[in-house]
Amino acid sequence: PYCTTCVLIHCLFCLHLTYLFLFLYAREVHILWFSKLSASTGSFTDEQFPCSKFILAIGHNSVAFLSSFVLNSGCWEAAGSVKLWNEWCRTSNTTSVLPTDAFCLFYKLISDPTVLLCQCNCYVAEDQQFQWLEKVFGCMREEDLQVTILSTCPVTDYKTPESTLTLPSPFLKALKTKDFKETTCCPLLEQPNIVQGLPAAVLSYCQVWQIPAVLYQCYTDVISLDTVTIEAFKPVLSSKNLKSLVKVKLNFKDKWKVLSLLILECLRV
Amino acid sequence: MFVPCGSSAPPDFEGFTLLLPAVSVGNVGQLAVDLVIFTLDMPKVGYFYTDCLVPMVGNNPYATAEENSTELSINAEVYSLPSKKLVVLQIRSPFVNNKYRSFCQTLLSWVKSSRCAKVILLSSSHAYQCDDQQLHGTPLRYLFSPAIQKTAGELMQRLNWKEMEKVAAYPGVNDTEMVLRIPGGGITTLLFSERLISDGALSWSLISSCIHPKNVYLLTQ
Repeated sequence: PYCTTCVLIHCLFCLHLTYLFLFLYAREVHILWFSKLSASTGSFTDEQFPCSKFILAIGHNSVAFLSSFVLNSGCWEAAGSVKLWNEWCRTSNTTSVLPTDAFCLFYKLISDPTVLLCQCNCYVAEDQQFQWLEKVFGCMREEDLQVTILSTCPVTDYKTPESTLTLPSPFLKALKTKDFKETTCCPLLEQPNIVQGLPAAVLSYCQVWQIPAVLYQCYTDVISLDTVTIEAFKPVLSSKNLKSLVKVKLNFKDKWKVLSLLILECLRV
Repeated sequence: MFVPCGSSAPPDFEGFTLLLPAVSVGNVGQLAVDLVIFTLDMPKVGYFYTDCLVPMVGNNPYATAEENSTELSINAEVYSLPSKKLVVLQIRSPFVNNKYRSFCQTLLSWVKSSRCAKVILLSSSHAYQCDDQQLHGTPLRYLFSPAIQKTAGELMQRLNWKEMEKVAAYPGVNDTEMVLRIPGGGITTLLFSERLISDGALSWSLISSCIHPKNVYLLTQ
């Protein structure tokens, strides 16, 4: 009986170690770059690639905004993807994604590969945010890097002495790092309001390492994909980082065509 | 890790007193540290950049005018007042799951490398855990590391403050083995564990018994 007990305890211990290993491995964040070509040699390399502009959209409304008003110009190609798993989502392996899929994809501007755009339509858990940051920014060789982050959150999180019934929801608020010297496209977020999650992680990184960065947070009363919330980001198109990327000035008819296609895709799913 | 603000040389904290809060019930320590920073108008000198704390950002919570209201603050920042040889670490968010031990190690490593002379940890504990004796008198308690027992003990006697009581490890079963328990105190007990005390790094701890932030007033007296 003593030997049986020892064997049982040993098996349980091994199972526990295996479970712990799988759990820790399962929460790893993996970045897959589709091609990392050295600018000088033209061959694949593990070197950092130069980055002058990094635009990050977090959440489905921000992602839809960039899809409609920036990526739609057709001057971008897929550059990489993030593979992660947590209790809320598992990211898709493909670049052909629907707005309702969980994905995190990178695109680079064909005419200027130092401009990188990230569509993050998945939940990055607290214990994965630092990894995501270190792995994404660790791949970049910052050359006068400027970062723009777009995100949304519920208007119920907004703290104000005014009545929430009179708030002009959806509305934009901004936070910027010390080294960001330009004017923001909307008022700054007042105390005691704070930002959490991946947008906060990225902005904190930029503040600590003195990278000019701005976060545009849209407070909205609609939690699902919503055209009114998407359009609330429009003032951001006049910012220095995005102005040059919106090559085609979409007229009213074109904009609604793009947004309608997005809605139809969601309804189809 | 400590990252100084701007591109100036890292500040020298040798011989300074480090004040920091434990993220504990009622956020008492954090509120007290906020009051210290605001009252003494302490300038920010750096960030404590770590993956152990939940990220958060907001605008300057100590703003006094339009000009300084737009400075970004993150979850862990360091403030310093060389005239009083005081350095303060403010922690504004809770720990990421299972990262509190890692944070303690990183913190102690920084304390040692910065050569601070003394460390004061402000903490709090659930008031409903008090026994009948503890309900009377001051809700404040202190804990010292052996390094400072002699010098500060006399001061505590003069102030008539009480040392944190130990409780039975197995109440009702065995009352001989007594342990230090600070329910709701966050990493306070861990920082005061045998191994960490013997390093001599931690000198003080002030523990307030509370369930409401109103007791912050008592801490700052």
